[in-house]
Amino acid sequence: MSATMIIAGKEVRDAFRNRWVLGATLLLAGLAFVLAFLGSAPTGALDVKPLAVTVVSLASLTIFLVPLIALLLAFDAIVGDVERGTMLLLLTYPVTKTNVVVGKFLGHSAVLAFATVVGYGGAGLAISLGQGADGQSGQAFAWLLASSVLLGMVFLAVAYLISVLVRERGTAAGLAVGVWLFFVVLYDMGLLGLLVAAQDRVGAGVFPYLLLANPTDVYRVFNLTAFENVRTFSGLAGLSGTVSFSPAVLLTVLVAWIVLPLAVAAAVFGRREL
Amino acid sequence: MSEGAIDLQALTKRYGAHAAVSEVSMRVPEGSCLALLGHNGAGKTTLMKLMLGLTRASAGSIAVLGADPGSAGLDFRRRIGFLPENVAFHEEISGLETLRFYARLKKEPLEVCGVLLERVGLTHAAERRVKTYSKGMRQRLGLAQALIGRPRLLLLDEPTTGLDPVLRQEFFRIIQELEAAGATVVLSSHILTELEARTDLIAIMKRGRLVVLGDLDTLRREADLPVRIRVTVSGETAVIAERLGDLVRKRSGEHSLELTCALPDKMAVLGRITALGRAVADIDIELPSLDDVYLRFGHDPEDVS
Repeated sequence: MSATMIIAGKEVRDAFRNRWVLGATLLLAGLAFVLAFLGSAPTGALDVKPLAVTVVSLASLTIFLVPLIALLLAFDAIVGDVERGTMLLLLTYPVTKTNVVVGKFLGHSAVLAFATVVGYGGAGLAISLGQGADGQSGQAFAWLLASSVLLGMVFLAVAYLISVLVRERGTAAGLAVGVWLFFVVLYDMGLLGLLVAAQDRVGAGVFPYLLLANPTDVYRVFNLTAFENVRTFSGLAGLSGTVSFSPAVLLTVLVAWIVLPLAVAAAVFGRREL
Repeated sequence: MSEGAIDLQALTKRYGAHAAVSEVSMRVPEGSCLALLGHNGAGKTTLMKLMLGLTRASAGSIAVLGADPGSAGLDFRRRIGFLPENVAFHEEISGLETLRFYARLKKEPLEVCGVLLERVGLTHAAERRVKTYSKGMRQRLGLAQALIGRPRLLLLDEPTTGLDPVLRQEFFRIIQELEAAGATVVLSSHILTELEARTDLIAIMKRGRLVVLGDLDTLRREADLPVRIRVTVSGETAVIAERLGDLVRKRSGEHSLELTCALPDKMAVLGRITALGRAVADIDIELPSLDDVYLRFGHDPEDVS
């Protein structure tokens, strides 16, 4: 077994041991079930909504929750171990610093994938069994799961970048919260403000590209526009007319959002002396 | 003993303007035990980090087991064991799991873990979480992980802190076994007395510089500290004092004189005292203690600790 996989395996075991996995899975499952079954409560009806509707509401939930879970899971992955002193010992073993960063990242990714697939998948399965689902909705749901994992990995990678850049856990925690606020809340507000302020002075063609600069928007556009029956529920039918990125392009952008921060994190950590 | 396990030439490590290690040159033969001594901040830990390749030298050269640790491959690390100062482990997993993780990284069979735990006396706590371990138990677990894979070089930073005297004895017994098997051991300490005569070489550092290097006798000689001799007289104290002349430092009692002399003169002085015959009832010789030697070389008046 390679050093990377040994480190990844240890990270997974640690996460199961300190109940991170349990907590994240239960949280995601609980919210997914609530959305699936009680989503129509305001209308007075209590029943399972169609899978396609669930995709829309779950996607919105994911944008808030999964980046937060990912950032909290990994912000101290490097700086915490350096502070505790365990990193010093680890690096005297036959491992490279890239082994450490990539191994821990893969371990955390596995944890997040487990929580997402089990948490959301359970709700999806319950809806399909209770209501039945057409093939396209099932496909949309499967892509929701996959892209949610990717979104989580994006923010894990960003958390690793934070973790190698700072010297103290507290700073990393603060930065992680800041990053979450920026991408999840402030960026879209800023974009909206810009859109209003710019009126027609700035070419409308610029805005779709600004969406690509925020991984949560990429995720949103991917899930709300990729499938016809989801689009009709999402109210983004208009948007999809102007945003003309194919799902493949959007997924590629998400993957780039994973690879780049992680590569920079590995490079920065590699040059650091303990 | 021909090959040098560690070879340092004018090794310097600067952090900004501060030189943590400054022009240190030494050669440690394979299979020997070197004790690094010095006040806090003398550069002991930095020197070890340089030997491990965790930091790179600012100037000078370093060779450990025939390789430059800064650029050596992963195979180099497999031949080294390290016990950091204040060793830390992940708290939630057991001692045995901890060792198994490290054994996997060194690609050693997992069976060694049980054996090593036995050796450091932790078998009874193998399945317990590290969280529940005392300081001494953590230190022993730290030693166990350093021993994985029969390293050719062991670097132990303050290894005996938190160990009670019995464990300390046991610890030095393990070190001696390793040395007998041909491993080179480097350990650091700020207490000289606990090392007693267990090390072949002692290096005393002070503010990043190597002050003195040698075996205990060399250090004693170079320290040039006086030998204290106490003479109990049976005759007239004043008469005896006069006959010993300038050797006498003080009369410490009715029938007792305190003398000092340089180490090389010791036998000559003893000859003069015994020549006094029956006037001398007893002689007490006190060689300079290890603490005296250490204070002579390593004491840093600015070191508040």
